[in-house]
Amino acid sequence: IAEEALFLLLHNEMVSGVYKSAEQGEVENGQCITKVGQGLTERLTKDTARFKDELDIMKFICKDFWTTVFKKQIDNLRTNHQSIYLSAGKQYLEHASKYLAFTYGLIRGGLSNLGIKSIVTAEVSSMPACKFQVMIQKLWNTLK
Amino acid sequence: MSRPAHRRPEYHKINKDLFVLTYGALVAQLCKDYEKDEDVNKYLDKMGYGIGTRLVEDFLARSCVRRCHSYSEIVDIIAQVAFKMYLGITPSVTCNNSSRNEFSLILDKNPLAEFVEALPAGRSSLCYCNLVCGIIRGALEMVNLAADVTFLQDRLKGDSVTEIGITFLKKLDEKKCRRKK
Repeated sequence: IAEEALFLLLHNEMVSGVYKSAEQGEVENGQCITKVGQGLTERLTKDTARFKDELDIMKFICKDFWTTVFKKQIDNLRTNHQSIYLSAGKQYLEHASKYLAFTYGLIRGGLSNLGIKSIVTAEVSSMPACKFQVMIQKLWNTLK
Repeated sequence: MSRPAHRRPEYHKINKDLFVLTYGALVAQLCKDYEKDEDVNKYLDKMGYGIGTRLVEDFLARSCVRRCHSYSEIVDIIAQVAFKMYLGITPSVTCNNSSRNEFSLILDKNPLAEFVEALPAGRSSLCYCNLVCGIIRGALEMVNLAADVTFLQDRLKGDSVTEIGITFLKKLDEKKCRRKK
């Protein structure tokens, strides 16, 4: 357990300092946060049983992983068999844009450590809700 | 320890691993961006300073520290209240000189470095937790106290303990004395 204020301030400084300085942008900074996602999933899945399939992994991301980071579960998980949609809902009220880049990295890192290569995009069509779309590589391969 | 009635403990907490891992990712990124250890250390100190100037507000709002009358009282509060609140540890305090403006905080355990096995090769002068020095310096400055804060010893560099040195630079004006971090 740690204090939220310290973490939020650290994140704030990271956003204004580190993110701004890299002109190359998202890719480079996403990388360092991806490591955080990887580390987190390692810690969280240390004592749990192996995941059965991708849906199981996505459920883990939506429940345990998301709760660890944002203190509540993802509102909605849907799939159209081409991508998987995660809908994050009201919790983004205060932290929307700041957390977007952070969240991409976390989801990608978390999934990559569980054996899934993915592309994550986010859509903020109506504040405060936010929708993350996770395209899983295996599913791409089945598309013509 | 009892808490004031209005405080909602759950609201202010986050997962510690998330925080420690994020800090590690930050330091890793800075090591990629800057070749020299001194530059990374300076950047961490600067970030910490920015955090400290804001964190002190949060600290003063949530702790019920009383007015202080000496530097040693201030350092005691940093060690026993602030470190406990934000990092969950209580470093011990020693005073290093007779004019009583130089102090050390001795940390047996360093939660920020929990997942660090060793400093990367070629980074032997890296002060991994330099953010903390900046935070203390920034917070003290917000309550009108100028101080030099540096790492005197670091377990990650092979020392037996981690020691943070705080040297107060300006004489504490009693009239202006306020509660501090």
